Amino acid sequence: MEEKVIIDLKKIVKSFYIGEPNELEILHGLDVKIKEGEFVSVVGASGSGKTTLMNIIGILDRPTAGEYMLDGVDVCHAKDKDLSHIRNKKIGFVFQTYNLVARTSALKNVELPMLYAGMKKKERIERAKELLELVGMGDRMNHTPDELSGGQKQRVAIARAMANNPAIILADEPTGALDSKTGRLIMDLFLKLNQEQGKTIVLITHSNELAQETSRIITIKDGDIMGETEVGHLC
Amino acid sequence: MLILENILLALSGLLANKMRALLTMLGIIIGIASVIAILTVGDSINSSITTSMADMGANNLTVSLSQKSTEEEVTDTGMRFGAGFQKSISEEDYISDQMIEKLQVAYKDSIDCISYSESVGSGTVENGDLSSDVTIIGANSGYLKVNELTILSGRTLSDRDLEEGKKVVLVSDYLVDTMFEGDYQKALESTISVNISDRYYNYTIVGIYEYDDSSTSTESEEDVTTEMYMPYVTAKNQTHTTEGYETLTIVSITGTDTATFMDQVETFMNQFYSENENYEISVTSMESMLSSMTEMLSTISIAISIIAGISLLVGGIGVMNIMLVSITERTREIGTRKALGATNGSIRLQFIMESIVICLLGGFIGIVLGMILGAVAVHIMGYAASPSIGGIIFSVLFSAFIGIFFGYYPANKAAKLNPIEALRYE
Repeated sequence: MEEKVIIDLKKIVKSFYIGEPNELEILHGLDVKIKEGEFVSVVGASGSGKTTLMNIIGILDRPTAGEYMLDGVDVCHAKDKDLSHIRNKKIGFVFQTYNLVARTSALKNVELPMLYAGMKKKERIERAKELLELVGMGDRMNHTPDELSGGQKQRVAIARAMANNPAIILADEPTGALDSKTGRLIMDLFLKLNQEQGKTIVLITHSNELAQETSRIITIKDGDIMGETEVGHLC
Repeated sequence: MLILENILLALSGLLANKMRALLTMLGIIIGIASVIAILTVGDSINSSITTSMADMGANNLTVSLSQKSTEEEVTDTGMRFGAGFQKSISEEDYISDQMIEKLQVAYKDSIDCISYSESVGSGTVENGDLSSDVTIIGANSGYLKVNELTILSGRTLSDRDLEEGKKVVLVSDYLVDTMFEGDYQKALESTISVNISDRYYNYTIVGIYEYDDSSTSTESEEDVTTEMYMPYVTAKNQTHTTEGYETLTIVSITGTDTATFMDQVETFMNQFYSENENYEISVTSMESMLSSMTEMLSTISIAISIIAGISLLVGGIGVMNIMLVSITERTREIGTRKALGATNGSIRLQFIMESIVICLLGGFIGIVLGMILGAVAVHIMGYAASPSIGGIIFSVLFSAFIGIFFGYYPANKAAKLNPIEALRYE
């Protein structure tokens, strides 16, 4: 059975203009295909362009040239408002710095994407509770971010990323700010989501150790793909 | 639904920063409070004056002698008072009986009656140890009609009394309480001795009227001075003053156009004074006094409203400033919201709602404060408070308008933030 391609990047170029003569090309025509249910890691040193790639995959930024089909939708030519809706429905973000909304309970944070999706309040709360249970935060739903530890915040963030049942979860250095033990828990959570729920996950990291646990490693150096490694299978 | 969520969000944000929220709202609070206070005071005074003036008779015209105004004495208010004469009034200056007769003939269709009086001065009614101070007024039939005395016992002064100058008087029930232990029957037809400037005069009581004590303070009950009315002719005979009047009141027939009639009377009467160097006739009515008072009041209201308007403008700028600060502080939050699928529109709505909530809350506090302030001021001035509903509705709408107007720019700025830069913001 042919597996469905969720992310299809063709010849993606991204350049920044810093004044007229200094055009800075960060990405030099990348081709990336990610299939449904895959757990892909993107590895590279700082400044290699992996964050820029993530912004493009997460449609927070538009490529200068190239084509991008996300779950069968051409997102390069969509309007800003449509991009917001696509982000809302198809992508779940997990950030290195958690980015939970301050002074707002874990439950409300998880509700947020569903609020923007226009879901009814009752359904929203039900789903948010379910997700917080899933990430093991069921007993701290009413805590605000400053009452939670780093690992707890990241678990709430993962629950929030799952809220609208997105096609992909995009995680940018999710364990970067955590100690190794807590980072391990978060990584296990991603693995669980990938294996049990069949979620497509794109993990951006500079840690080769973590990358080894994913199914495929894409290595980026200076804006080019240096190599792709299929990791045997998950242990 | 998103609106309700945004209101709750804004409220929780305000509660988290109580001091800041209060300081932000201060300009709005002061502005709205002053508007409401002014409107409450203005409305209350207006309605109180209108009712009391109507009671006093809107059909009454006061004709009075007034000194011819020299350049320096012209006042801006348009009000002319008969008081403050510098040159003494000589015999030929007074309004004479002939003038009144001519006036009555000329405007017999408009004049109901003419009221004039002669002030005899103050005296003391004495009977052994008992005494009561009185102000003695010689009245004509018109005067009694205009002043609407309530006769409790006996009769009012009859036409015969007035014409023949009989030595009869009307006294107050207060005087009867003091001098006759409240026994009306005993008081009626009895003769009282009145000490006026150490000379004694005897009068017969023919009627007892109800003394209206609302106009005087009741603090010193010992010294209450009540009016005693006698026929005009009697008073004249006693004072031996020259025949003539300083003021008289014309009661016009209901339905007469007071403003026009006022001008006619003034023109007519001034015919007699064209040669007079010192005096002329001025005519005022309750209506004209009312309108000049209302005018004065509205001028003051406008002045204070402008100050309130400036306060609201400054308040609005304060709100805008704090919104800009808030947006800078929450740049990452905005980035996160955008990453989670918030459209530019929903970010804009969030911040405009926040600004509106601040302004409306400030507005409500201002309304309550203004109503209290207005009620206190009105109470001190001794009028009945009537809250201005129109002012309240206006204030609520205006607060919301300030919220939208001064919230739009910051909200739009937030909406247009680039999500990547916003997420990276430290």
